[in-house]
Amino acid sequence: MSEVLVVTSGKGGVGKTTTCANLGTGLAAMGHKVCLIDTDIGLRNLDVVMGLENRIVYNLVDVVEGSCRLKQALIRDKRHPSLYLMPCAQARDKTSANPSQMVKLVTHLRDIFDYIILDCPAGIEQGFQNAVAGADRAIVVTTPEVSAIRDADRIIGLLEAREFSQIELVLNRLRPDMVRRGDMMSASDVTDILSVPLIGIVPDDEHVVISTNQGEPLVGSMTPAGKAYQNISYRVSGKDVPLNLEIGGRITFWTRITGIFHTTG
Amino acid sequence: MRNFFRRKSSREVARDRLKILLISDRVNCSAETMEMIKNDIVRVLSKYMKIDTDSMEIQISKTANTERGAKNPVLSANIPILDIGNGK
Repeated sequence: MSEVLVVTSGKGGVGKTTTCANLGTGLAAMGHKVCLIDTDIGLRNLDVVMGLENRIVYNLVDVVEGSCRLKQALIRDKRHPSLYLMPCAQARDKTSANPSQMVKLVTHLRDIFDYIILDCPAGIEQGFQNAVAGADRAIVVTTPEVSAIRDADRIIGLLEAREFSQIELVLNRLRPDMVRRGDMMSASDVTDILSVPLIGIVPDDEHVVISTNQGEPLVGSMTPAGKAYQNISYRVSGKDVPLNLEIGGRITFWTRITGIFHTTG
Repeated sequence: MRNFFRRKSSREVARDRLKILLISDRVNCSAETMEMIKNDIVRVLSKYMKIDTDSMEIQISKTANTERGAKNPVLSANIPILDIGNGK
């Protein structure tokens, strides 16, 4: 049975596209048939993160308007034969597709793929409505910052109003050293506030920038973020991988003592 | 040393700010509306007793210890009574 996931966040720049690219690649590496859909019409970027920008001929708007066949707009990934990308239009605006067209598109794709992952644009306007329309599971990406968490809460409220059965959280760009110092909210702080189950914690990792530069997702590599995305892929596919909520957040007797020395000395 | 005990880490500050912020975000109730509700409650209660309007607190929140599933907001009011005038 195929599953349709929407990756969303409300706030921009928290890592939706990176999460999509890595989750899709991770699931494909496990042997699943995966389709990534970029729904950010006018501002496409999943193609560059995947390194597939030179292969685009048709896009999502061409498909929903009927100017090409569905399969013509699907770009096969460079390394994983079971991974495809449907890019969105660059020179159009958000109203070029509507939610009912998206539902129809996703219904067709369900016949072909195990996982369909929609990369949602920032904001809560038409682009968001389009992306969530056909989805049955949502992954909300946030960072441990007040602005991102506030927007995530708003998005979760909207998803709940649409009666999403499964809403899970990816906490991105966590800095364990800052959590330890008491200068960043920990994973448990964030889940306490948002009351949504956590499906992964991605540490802040410069390898993400490097992999984006190269257009090759880092999931599965021996980097902190690569391992985190690998675990997220496992969890999405239903494997039980334990999650360490206390990354950097453990306030032990020892850290308290050293904390006192720091402030007094 | 005193300073150490008094100081809140920025993590705690962020957490506390968010908790308060999200309460009002979630119920979608503006500060002006809350002020109007408060004034109306004061007007009604003042007919029967003397209340401390300066330290009263009115809040709309989801039920205590709620999970995401619980959708019903709750209005809680903490109104100190200065004097209960017996059926004036």
